[in-house]
Amino acid sequence: MQNQALWSGSRKFQKLKESVVTRILLFCAGVSVLTTVGINLILFLESFWFFKEISVSEFLLSTNWAPLFEPRHFGVIPLVTGTLSVAFGALFVALPMGLGIAVFLSEYASPKLRAVVKPMLEILAGIPSVVYGYFALTTITPFLRSISESVEVFNAASAAIVVGIMVLPTIASICDDTMTAVPKSLREGAFALGAKKFEVVSQVVVPAALSGILASFILAFSRAIGETMAVTLAAGATPQVTLNPFEGIQTMTAYIAQVSMGDTPHGSIEYQSIFAVGLLLFLMTLVMNLMSQYIVKRFARRYE
Amino acid sequence: MSQASSPTVPVVASKNQKNRGGETLENPKFIPNHSGRRMREYAFRAVIVSATLAALFILIVLTVNVFKQGLPWLDQQFLTSFPSRFPERAGIKSAIWGSVWLGGFTLLFSVFFGVGAALYLEELAPKNRINRILEVNISTLAGVPSIIYGMLGLTLFVRIMAFERSVLAGGLTLSLLIMPVIIIATREALKCVPDDIRLGAAALGATKWQAVRDHVLPAAMPGVLTGIILAMARAVGEAAPLIMIGALSYVAFVPESAFDAFTALPIQIFNWTSRPKEEFHALAAAGIIVLLGFLLVCNSIAILLRLKWKDHRR
Repeated sequence: MQNQALWSGSRKFQKLKESVVTRILLFCAGVSVLTTVGINLILFLESFWFFKEISVSEFLLSTNWAPLFEPRHFGVIPLVTGTLSVAFGALFVALPMGLGIAVFLSEYASPKLRAVVKPMLEILAGIPSVVYGYFALTTITPFLRSISESVEVFNAASAAIVVGIMVLPTIASICDDTMTAVPKSLREGAFALGAKKFEVVSQVVVPAALSGILASFILAFSRAIGETMAVTLAAGATPQVTLNPFEGIQTMTAYIAQVSMGDTPHGSIEYQSIFAVGLLLFLMTLVMNLMSQYIVKRFARRYE
Repeated sequence: MSQASSPTVPVVASKNQKNRGGETLENPKFIPNHSGRRMREYAFRAVIVSATLAALFILIVLTVNVFKQGLPWLDQQFLTSFPSRFPERAGIKSAIWGSVWLGGFTLLFSVFFGVGAALYLEELAPKNRINRILEVNISTLAGVPSIIYGMLGLTLFVRIMAFERSVLAGGLTLSLLIMPVIIIATREALKCVPDDIRLGAAALGATKWQAVRDHVLPAAMPGVLTGIILAMARAVGEAAPLIMIGALSYVAFVPESAFDAFTALPIQIFNWTSRPKEEFHALAAAGIIVLLGFLLVCNSIAILLRLKWKDHRR
């Protein structure tokens, strides 16, 4: 009856301890709510001061962004188009490649090969974005410039390619997961009807996994929009609306980084402008993320 | 199981029907077209294999370039000197120590709050509306761009709490950034612990918290640790939020307290990369080797833990 010594029957003390611990842990969970509240509060508050000086319509509709020198202009469109051109360019690179890799991993690769390739993709996902910025500036840009003289040192194409490489693992791994989750019976049914493998993939597996694939695209797009360091290094700091991907542009994130690197006094209009741009960025990524979560929930097919 | 039949399986037949307009559904003439379809199969394989090879090729090119440029500069002088205007005298001592300080603070805060929040949500929280909102909130936070966390850190820690541009402010900012990652990973690990353990503990008279502390959490530990390590790897490589709180400056000393200014590895790399001079790019490459080396160690530990975990569960 040695164990009896361990038995402390004090229920009251236990109950007290239990409630204290639960409250501490509840507080931990509450920190995440405080973070959300903090982000919203700060972005809206500082933007509020900004929009007292600059009207919302001027901010959203005018196409001249010149915040640092007189005469100042705060039309955010050049930053938005810069951001979108990099993000769409990144998807242009990452969509076909990511989907191709996912098909290869889930349908064609042997388990052994898969066990080698997948960790390598994870390495690609784990490389910090500043390293990708270095890669863009020292490898991709010189490569583009060796093809054509007209490519500027800082250009949107180089940034788009490197961001594409960054979001590639996101697309590949989510698509791979959803395609692996498609039940075997569907594939076997198609094979039994005489379909070749690529027919099974393109007409059975991909349609069945479409919700996950779509969600991964949107998620990748939102990541591309929020990406900062690589874009700041590779795309330059020339806010302009252009369709030429080989010219320099500036993205929203790059502008925020640029201002915060300088000595901008707290309370000045430039300082407030980064919060207005940040608010827009936050809302854009929020909508995308919610959309991708909604698609996964709403359109996910459940197989038994 | 009506859905199982819905994907367009009998396309092979129906396509051929379309091609030969005169046929009826009752009398389809099946054209197998073996050689053409086989060719397409091979073409398809070639495309997806080359996509995969391209990704691996990029990884190799990136690594080779970094090593080719950076390795000649990576010596003891580089590791033990402070940054300098002269490339041959520049080093990353302050950056390494800055990253160590940052990593320490980040680990401290993010593990306490992250694991705590996960334990609450997964084990102790009643399944009501408020907690569902908490869950949605966390998955939304995980998608917020890192630079936005930097803005939060700038306003909250640097200005309102007046920590200035200190290593403490940086650590707190990074903690907020990786907390959602740790929460999600920890919850996944806790979900994998079979309910028998909880019920067994309860049957012996343990309270909920006792069961979690003594049985559930230890059983989930490998998964929790893997999540923490991967999150830390992300934090150490992160530069954007630190630049937001104003860490991009010339720092030629090692931080000695929580309120000292700091620089960090990714920031130093960014600084050197953004300079036009070729030698600084080489210095950046050398810095990248150090950073990647650290991340590689982190990831290897995570993979080892994952393997051990798998054995354990069997």
